[in-house]
Order: sequence, then C-alpha cells, then structure tokens
Amino acid sequence: MRRILLFSIVLISGVLLTGRLFYLQILDTSYASLSENNAIKRFFDYPQRGHIYDRNGNLLVSNQPSYDVMVIPREVKPFDTLEFCGLLKMDKEMLINRLKKARVYSPRLPSIVIPQLTKSEYAYLQEKMRKYEGFFIQKRSLRDYQIDFGANFLGYIAEVNYKDIEDNPYYQSGDLKGRTGVETQYEKTLRGIKGVKYIQKDRFNRDIGPYKNGTLDTLPVPGKDLTLTIDSELQKYGEELMVNKRGGIVALEPATGEILALISAPNFDPALLVGRERSRNFTKLYYDSIAKPLFDRGLQAQYPPGSPFKTLNALIALEENVVDSEEAFACHGGYYYGSHGRKLGCHHHPSPLSMIPGIANSCNAYFANVYRRVIEKYNSPQEGMDVWKNHLESFGLGGYMGTDLPTGQPGFIPDSKYYNRAYEYPKYKWFSTATISNSIGQGEVSLTPIQLANVTAAIANRGWFYTPHILKSIENQTDLIPEEYRTRNVTTISPANFEPVVEGMFGAYNYGTAAGIKIPGIDICGKTGTAENYTRIDGHRAQLTDHSIFVAFAPKDNPKIAIAVFVENGYWGSRYAGKIASLMIEKYIKGEVTRTDIEDYILSNSLEDEYAKPLSGKPFPINDGKKISGVPKKTEL
Amino acid sequence: MSSFSKAYGNFDWVIIALFLALVSIGWINIYSASVDPTGVAEFFDFDNLFTRQLLFIALSFLIVIFILSLDAKFFERFASIIYVISIVSLLGLFVFGKNISGATSWYSFGSFGIQPSEFAKAATALALAKYLSDIQTDVKSLTHQLRAFVIIALPAICIVPQPDPGSALVYAAFFFPLYREGLSGVYLITGSVTIALFVLTLAFGPLYIIAGIVLIAIALLIRNRKKRFGKRLYYILPIVSILFVFSVNYIFENVFEQRHRDRFNVVLGKDVDMKSIGYNTYQSEIAIGNGGLAGKGFLKGTQTKGDFVPEQHTDYIFSTVGEEWGFLGSTLVIALFVGLMLRIIVLAERQKSQFSRIYGYSIAGILFIHFLINIGMVTGVFPTVGIPLPFFSYGGSGLWGFTILLFIFVKLDSDRINQW
Repeated sequence: MRRILLFSIVLISGVLLTGRLFYLQILDTSYASLSENNAIKRFFDYPQRGHIYDRNGNLLVSNQPSYDVMVIPREVKPFDTLEFCGLLKMDKEMLINRLKKARVYSPRLPSIVIPQLTKSEYAYLQEKMRKYEGFFIQKRSLRDYQIDFGANFLGYIAEVNYKDIEDNPYYQSGDLKGRTGVETQYEKTLRGIKGVKYIQKDRFNRDIGPYKNGTLDTLPVPGKDLTLTIDSELQKYGEELMVNKRGGIVALEPATGEILALISAPNFDPALLVGRERSRNFTKLYYDSIAKPLFDRGLQAQYPPGSPFKTLNALIALEENVVDSEEAFACHGGYYYGSHGRKLGCHHHPSPLSMIPGIANSCNAYFANVYRRVIEKYNSPQEGMDVWKNHLESFGLGGYMGTDLPTGQPGFIPDSKYYNRAYEYPKYKWFSTATISNSIGQGEVSLTPIQLANVTAAIANRGWFYTPHILKSIENQTDLIPEEYRTRNVTTISPANFEPVVEGMFGAYNYGTAAGIKIPGIDICGKTGTAENYTRIDGHRAQLTDHSIFVAFAPKDNPKIAIAVFVENGYWGSRYAGKIASLMIEKYIKGEVTRTDIEDYILSNSLEDEYAKPLSGKPFPINDGKKISGVPKKTEL
Repeated sequence: MSSFSKAYGNFDWVIIALFLALVSIGWINIYSASVDPTGVAEFFDFDNLFTRQLLFIALSFLIVIFILSLDAKFFERFASIIYVISIVSLLGLFVFGKNISGATSWYSFGSFGIQPSEFAKAATALALAKYLSDIQTDVKSLTHQLRAFVIIALPAICIVPQPDPGSALVYAAFFFPLYREGLSGVYLITGSVTIALFVLTLAFGPLYIIAGIVLIAIALLIRNRKKRFGKRLYYILPIVSILFVFSVNYIFENVFEQRHRDRFNVVLGKDVDMKSIGYNTYQSEIAIGNGGLAGKGFLKGTQTKGDFVPEQHTDYIFSTVGEEWGFLGSTLVIALFVGLMLRIIVLAERQKSQFSRIYGYSIAGILFIHFLINIGMVTGVFPTVGIPLPFFSYGGSGLWGFTILLFIFVKLDSDRINQW
C-alpha cells in the first residue's frame, strides 16, 4: 500500500484529466461554437439584387443604395447620446429602446438601429461614425421602381423577421427579403448570395487580420435579372381603365400560358413600400379593410363566374354526347322546373335557340336543359355530378392553379359529396334541379379571375393550356423556367367539340350580348357575364349590384390573347367588363385604341358610389334601381 | 569533473528525455501564446517572452551540467545548510522583495527577477530527506512527526503572506514521502475524508451529507455489532464528522475570502458571472473545447491569438496546448507528465539509500500537485490556484527550480551503485 499509493494516484489523476479533456474537446461541442463567436467576426458583402424586366425588355425594377446603422450591443462603449441622436434624428428614448431590443436579440450579433438612410444622410454620418464604438454602417441595396403600377405581382422587399431568421440561417437581422409577388417567388434567384469575410479579433475587439488567411471568405454572388411575361404597356393601360373600380383582370397568351397582364384594382404605387416609409405605408394599406389594396383580386378573389361558365357546360354536354349543336330549346322567359313551378329567369331574346345562338344570347333556359341532361345521363345525380366536376378539373378549376406567384385561391367546384352533405343524403334525396344554378355559373361555383382567364385560353386553344406563369426568362435564358410551365395540359374535351362554343362566343360579339363593343378589324370571341352576389351587413345577407364579367380571346384563329375581366358591382357584363376587355384586346393587338367612345365611357365612369352604398347603413337600390337591398324589412325581423 | 564522466553512463536517460520533451513542447506553446499575431517583432528581441524563455532554457542546461558534475554526496551533506539559506532568502523577501502584480515574491535584478519560493521546494525536499533518513528518526513517533512537520511548514509559512498561497499548498506534497516512510494511515484517511466532506457539503448542502454519514455509521454498527471493543469510535467519528459538516458553511463564509468562494463556486457550477469571476476558467474551457480532436494547428488557435485567456503563457499555458493541438496533443502532454512521475516513483523505489528514496518521493509528489492542480484548474475541475505547470509555464525561476529539483534526483539515482 505504501509503495503503490502515489503511483496509483498519479495514474488515476492522469486518466481523470484525460477524461475531462475528452469531455471538453470531443463530447461537448458547444465550446467550439462559442469560440467562433468570441474571436471571429463576420462581415457581409451584400450583392446587388437582380433587376426585373417586362417581356419587351423594359426595365421595371432596379436598385438604389441604402445604408443601415447597425449596432453590436456588447461592443458599445459609453458615448455622447445627445450628439448621436442628433445625427440620426431620433429621440433618446427611441435609441435606448432600440439598443435594448438589439441586446435581447443578441449581444454579439449586429442589429439595426436606423434602417435605410439615403445617400446624403449617409455622407453626413459617415465621418462621425468611428466615434461610436459598437456602431457601424452596413450598405445594402433597396428597390428603385421605374414604374408606378404592377405592385401586386412585383411584390416588395422588407427586413427579415425573427421567423425568417429561425427558418433559414442564411438570413441575419436586418437582411432584406422578398415579400409577396415575384420578389418572394424568385427570392433566391434575385438576391444572389452574400459574401462573407471572417476577421479575427483579440479580446479588445481589435482586428488582428483575416481568419485563416481569408480561406473561408467568400465573394458575393450577384443576383440574377428576371424577365417577366408581363406586357407593361398593357398592364399600365389596364390599371388606368380600372381606376375607380374594383376587380381583377388577367390576360394570358394562350399559346404559352404567359401572363400578359395581372391587374388588381385598386392598386398602389410600388414605390410606397421602399425604405423607411415602407412600414408606415404598409400599415395604411393593410388596414384599408374596405378597398383592400393588398388583396390581389386577379389571383385571390373568388367570384361566381356567371354566364362565361356556360361555355364550359356546353363543352361538357357535347363531350358527354347529351346534345348536338343543332338541337334547339325553347325559352319562355326562363326555365321552369320542379313540381312547384320554380323558375330560372332569363332575359328577352329570340326563341327557341340552338347552341351557337344560345351562347351568343346567353340563354339561361338552354343551359339549364343541357346541364340537366349531363347530370341525369348517369344512374344517379351523384355520378353525373362527379363526371361533370372531373371535366371542370381538367381546366384547372376547383383547385390551386399552381402559378409561379405565391398567392392564389382554389375557387370552388361542388361535387356529389358536397351536395350529399348539404342535403343530408341518404336521409333526403337530391336531384339535378337542386344544383341547377351551376348551369349558369351561379350558386355554389366560384372561380378566380386567373382561373377564368385560363379557361378562356383553353377554349382559344381548342382543348389545351399551359399553366399560367409570370417568369419569361432568367438572365435571358428561357430554359431555366420550371418544367411544369413548359408542359402542355390537355382538357378532357375533344378539340372538335370546341368549334360550336367558339362560334357561339364569336356570335356574342357579332349579334349577341356583346355586339355593342365590337372592335373593327379584329375577330374577337367573347362571353358576357352578370353575376348575382351577396354580402353581409350587420350579420344579414344582402344582395349587391351584379358583378360585371367578361371573357374573350382574339383573334378567333391563332389567338394571341385570352382575357378575363371582373368588375365588382359593375352590373351587366358588357357594361364595364366587356368594354375593358375589348379595349385591352385592341390595345394589345393593334397597339392603339380606336374605340375611343368606349374608352371615354370607362375612364369617365366611377363605381365608387356603388361601393359606398352598403356602408351607408340605409336600404339602397341595386341593379340601377330595379331592386332595393340592404337593411331587412321589419316584418322579417 | 571526474565524477561526472564516471557517472554519466548511469544517468536515467528516460527522465532526461521526458524533461527535454516537456521543455521543448512547453516552449513551442509559449511561443504561440506570446507571439504578436500582427507584429513583425524580431525573433531575438528580449522583449519577446518566448525569446526570454529560450534563454531560460539555455541557462537551465548549464544548471543541469553543474548539478550533474557535483558529487552525489554533496546534497545529503549540505542539505541542512541549503535549507537554512533557502529559509533566509524567503525571509529576506519581507525586506528586499519586489512587489510584482500584488505579490512580494521576487528579488529583482534589472529586468529579471528571482523567485526564491521556486527553489525552496528542492531545499525542503533535501532537508526532509535528510531528517527522515537519519538513523535516529522514527516516523511513528509523534515528536519526530512534529519535527518533520516543522521542516515542511516553515517555508510554507514564509510563502503564504507574500501572498502566494498556491505555492504554499504545494508543500502538502510532502505527505507522500512521509506516508511512504511509515506515517500512520490515519492521517491519510482523516485528510481525505475532511477534504471530501468539505467539497461534498459545498456541492450538495449539509443535509444530504449528514444523512449519508448517519446511514454509513448505522451500516458499520450493524456489520460490526459482535465486536466487543472499540465500539465507541463508531459513535464518536460520525458525531465529529457531522459537527465538521455543520462548520463547513461557517468556514466557507467567514474564513475564506470572497475570491476563494468565487473560485469554488465556478468549479461547482454555481451561478456565477462568467464575464468577471468565472472569466479565466470559462475562456480557458472555451479554448480547450475549441481544439476538438486534432486541434486548430500551431499558431491557429483563435482564443490564443485573440488573447482571450489571461495568463495564457504562464499558469494557463495548457489551454494553448488544448486549443492548438487538440485532444491528441493534450493527451500526449498528460502522458508525458504521468510518465515522468511514474518513472521517478519507480526509480525512487529502487534506491538503496533512504535519503534518495525520500527525495524521489518528495519531487514526485511536488510535480504531482503542480500537475493536478494546474491542469485541473485550466480544464475547470479545480478552483483557481495560481501555480505553474512544471517545465511548461513561462518563467525562469520556475523552470530552474524544477530543473534543480529533478536533476538532483537524476544525480542521486546515478550514484545508487555507490550507495549502501
């Protein structure tokens, strides 16, 4: 014992200390990263964000330099707060608040004190900055908009929030990131990759040279330029036409699925969301819960499609072989059905009508007949309903379109399950007449403008379409466009069955519901729509003036443009939407507008009074005084 | 010189090789810890700590040659005189000492200083060896134990008020030769139990520890219930232990100073501010942890280059090893130390002369205490105690003190064929 005591203690101590080292150096990895923070500081070099061009090569969005005042809280030494606040034009309380917040975020990592100073503010501040330890200026680039329209699809960039930083370690506090629109969708392409420089620090935080001789440093990768499919002339013209109106317009190139114009009204100047003013302006736009300027009606608004939906019912009927284009149906001012003489009303027109004039004159009775035949062709209305829906889905309805824009809505196409639940099947049975509104695009069905534009493009193409998309090329290379936008989608309807429908739409312009808005020299095919719609006032359902809806494509053969226009509460189809569609088609195909009479009508008429009605708190007339809506009558209470 | 040439074949080359290895590795790390990362200072500029250390190393080789050339009997014969000179030099500090960073531990000669406490260890070892190896000394006698204790305590008492309690603590190492020579095991048990109770009470609080003591006492009583004599001890010892446990907090709060308490709290993982009190330990742990398996590489340690670990070239030199040479490098250094100490113990056991054996055990013990406390402190398992890592830490006196300590033994060992 006496001989081995020291011997064994030495041996055991050696083993124990080795064990401790094993723990510190091999097992516990937290120490390694601590040192990275301790002694090595990262400096970032932000690349220029990519520019955005329209399909004709016009520059839409470029960059302007901006300067952020940053702080690393633990490096701040006592300083002359009064002078500093004077320089930054902020009050002391705000400064203290910002510093506190920065410390909460991280004492070691930089946080923003004042974001996005202009060049002149920066020049003034630059020479005095070295006096304030722990503060520094980070150069970034902000967006510089060359246009004052298109804010809805361009999107904007803003500082990352905590969630962004948590989700993606690429981002640091104060970095800018795309929000909504193209800026979000193609964030990675546009932003490039920031460069990193590692600088080694001693314990007094003095630079002692690049870390590992700069072998870990990276150069920034500049962002790539995007070319969009948007025709900025058409976009601008469309937005001008939609002033004082609400609604959405989507114009597509049928042969490619490229979005020529994506208009949401009301819109705003994209420059509002740049720099220090962004936050205040955004709040203002965000809280405008009446006009909802941030709501992209072209992509997100789900409207009852109204009569343009009839073209789809005609196509399905032909495909299902329940009618041929020659068979005529009588219309006695509407369609009567059921045992209690219920009626689906119709407007005045010649009778009876076969398919082509049926579409041209938008006869409700014709489509009620045809629709019933489709549903009743099968053993049960359930089966018929699902066959019907299946056809519609092949046009991209009833689900998200899959466009390359981050927002969108699926719309709604009912199926048998929906009606089974609604009518408590099998306790109660339901028949095709219960869903008769679907025949004229009212009732349960709802679509977004881009879906309806896509349907129009598919009709223009006689049976196929490309998923609508906004990216034309990256750095002028078109092969970088995702595969799904270069793959043709084929509908369930055989091409031959499109001809009567196209003829019907052509007839609408020549002798039918859109005859008054003909454009000389262009063979346009169109379809009007007038959709009943409702809102809630104080919890009660109240009808509003009908939506004015129009779809069209032109020229009839080898079409260049397909368009869908929704004007909220614009009343009948050719009153607003049809005129706007005609003007835009003429503008796009001819490059100039000859129907200045209808252009004047659109530019001089406002729907703001119409939009103010439901807010008045009193009963109000709708549909040009044909009806009174709003506060319910006392007897109903 | 005749004795040098006659005996040099008998020198233990293992110890010499280990010594050379430790000194060179030590210097490489001092170089890394003290070279100016930005600067372009000349290598042979004596403002550089690593250049100075190189000079110290060169001089230590002269000391080695000098010691090895002396007659082996010299040390036994002059042990008492060397001891007295050493005590006088320690006492002289109270009059002539120079205060450097708060401690009056140096005699100053221009830009160099001599720290006599580094040499007093060797002197004490010699004196203790001489006293214990005296034919008339009986380690089992209380009087002789007391005398031996005085020999050990005298230099320690001189060192404590410098103040340099760390260096004084090293004198606990002399327990090992005493025990080897027959000191009762009661001291060993009492000492270990006291330390264990103290630390455990601080870590877990008195209640758990008292409960533990009571349980152990009951277990022992039941096991030995048939014993007829000495049962009283089973009652007395637990009571004494419990009283001690109760007094731990009092000692900790009233006898210890705040900084001592802080150092304990850092190691015990109590809630302390890692930016002030725990800074050294924390930064040192970061540096070592930073090394990983193979280290960051020579001159590439970010903690070392950034000077984040205070005193990194002296007491905290091992953190440089940890950061730049990783687990492999630090394990090698530990292995070298353990090897050196074990070699000394093995050699001590094979001495014929009791004097040489006691001396060997003394220096093995001293090296061990330095090794354990220093590396324990740097890796954060021991409270901060300012003592250097032998052969590694920057400093002339320290290096020379350990060189003398070690090579006296090499000389004694080489002479063992002449011993009887």
